[in-house]
Amino acid sequence: MDVIEIKRTNRLLLIGSVAVALPVLAAQLPEERADAMYHLYDGGGVTVSGPSILVRKQFGESLSASANYYVDAISSASIDVVTTASPYTENRTEISASVDYLYGNSQMNLGYTNSEESDYSADTVHFSIGQDLFGDLTNVTLGYSRGSDEVRRNGDSDFNDEVTRNSFSLALNQVVTANTLFALSWETIADEGFLNNPYRSVRYLDASSLTGYSFESEVYPRTRTSNALSARLRYHLPYRAAISGEYRYFSDTWGISAHNTELGYTHPLGDNWTFDLSYRYYTQNAADFYSDLFPRVQSQNYLARDKELSSYSSHSLGFGMSYKLQRESWKLLDSASLNLAYNYLYFNYRDFRDISQSEAVGQEPLYELSANVMRLYLSVYY
Amino acid sequence: MQAITLSAVLLVLTSLAGCAVEPWVKPYERAKLADPIMSFSRNPVADSYLHHVYQAREAARGAEGGQGGGCGCN
Repeated sequence: MDVIEIKRTNRLLLIGSVAVALPVLAAQLPEERADAMYHLYDGGGVTVSGPSILVRKQFGESLSASANYYVDAISSASIDVVTTASPYTENRTEISASVDYLYGNSQMNLGYTNSEESDYSADTVHFSIGQDLFGDLTNVTLGYSRGSDEVRRNGDSDFNDEVTRNSFSLALNQVVTANTLFALSWETIADEGFLNNPYRSVRYLDASSLTGYSFESEVYPRTRTSNALSARLRYHLPYRAAISGEYRYFSDTWGISAHNTELGYTHPLGDNWTFDLSYRYYTQNAADFYSDLFPRVQSQNYLARDKELSSYSSHSLGFGMSYKLQRESWKLLDSASLNLAYNYLYFNYRDFRDISQSEAVGQEPLYELSANVMRLYLSVYY
Repeated sequence: MQAITLSAVLLVLTSLAGCAVEPWVKPYERAKLADPIMSFSRNPVADSYLHHVYQAREAARGAEGGQGGGCGCN
């Protein structure tokens, strides 16, 4: 679904403190811009970095197209890799294109994304349609996407499987007061196919092993359906700054339920600087078939020891700063901004043990992970 | 009973009609809402990247706002 963007011309009017009739949720195309970003994730023995380039161009009054090129260069010596496999490097390349079309009070979006790794290919098509209602105070958007993935295993040419994914979404954006925006969003996603990781193992008690445990391949159900409902609120303070709040509830047919909540504060300083602060808390319980240590080999039909399916909570503290550049002499550009955003993530696992530490089996310390996430990007508006 | 149902239907219709005709936040009162700092996604590239990071580290997915269409992060 598309988040409605504010027209740049409106922003300029606002900077001049001119209160005129400004459309807020009124159907309009996203602003023309290009972004070049370098991203970096570093934590838990995993480093992922690379570029992301997004270009958006408008054609006539009612058509806008965008294209995105994105790369993840992955170097992994994660806890799973260290304890059951060998460190590896990998590249993932993602390209996507989308078209937005405006018709009266309706907006339509059609998009395609392709993601390629040496052992995974994913194709997704996405369509959404939105309608403004009640004097443009309300926007309702319906979305559908379908994904077709191919799963392979490096070093095993006989292995080949697939995943199909259908997603339905419904979003409501609402002007509540002259200072307050509210958004409600629901999405259900149904997957079918090979949903586990073809390399990952689970561990089970094995008295014949020196360590007291052995490994076998994980086995997941071939279907999964999840539901997520989120509510977001944004409030303009009496001075020029905004606070935001978000809550999401998630549950799926694997027995996982999760909650996350986020608070944010945006503060412009002068004409050029904007600062962002945010805090996000996330918590989930484990999947029904997850265990850090199974009692014996093949003890149940489905087996998982993926820490992302375990019970844990995480904290994310974010900081962002943006500097806007604008010159009368620029012919081709309206403005540009240089942006830096940083998040510190901390994960606290409640039933996933760090077996790289030599302790009695099942008594190893609980695993914890911290990560630094950085985005540095230049945006130009034309 | 029928009268109560009819009254309820009339009440709902009246309130809906009210919404359609009379927006409670007038166009000239929307200056603050149009400020870019009020956008739910001011920076789509950076936001979708952070969603991708969360999706890769968490079991939860969906209803993030912003662009939909899969993350290829399985």
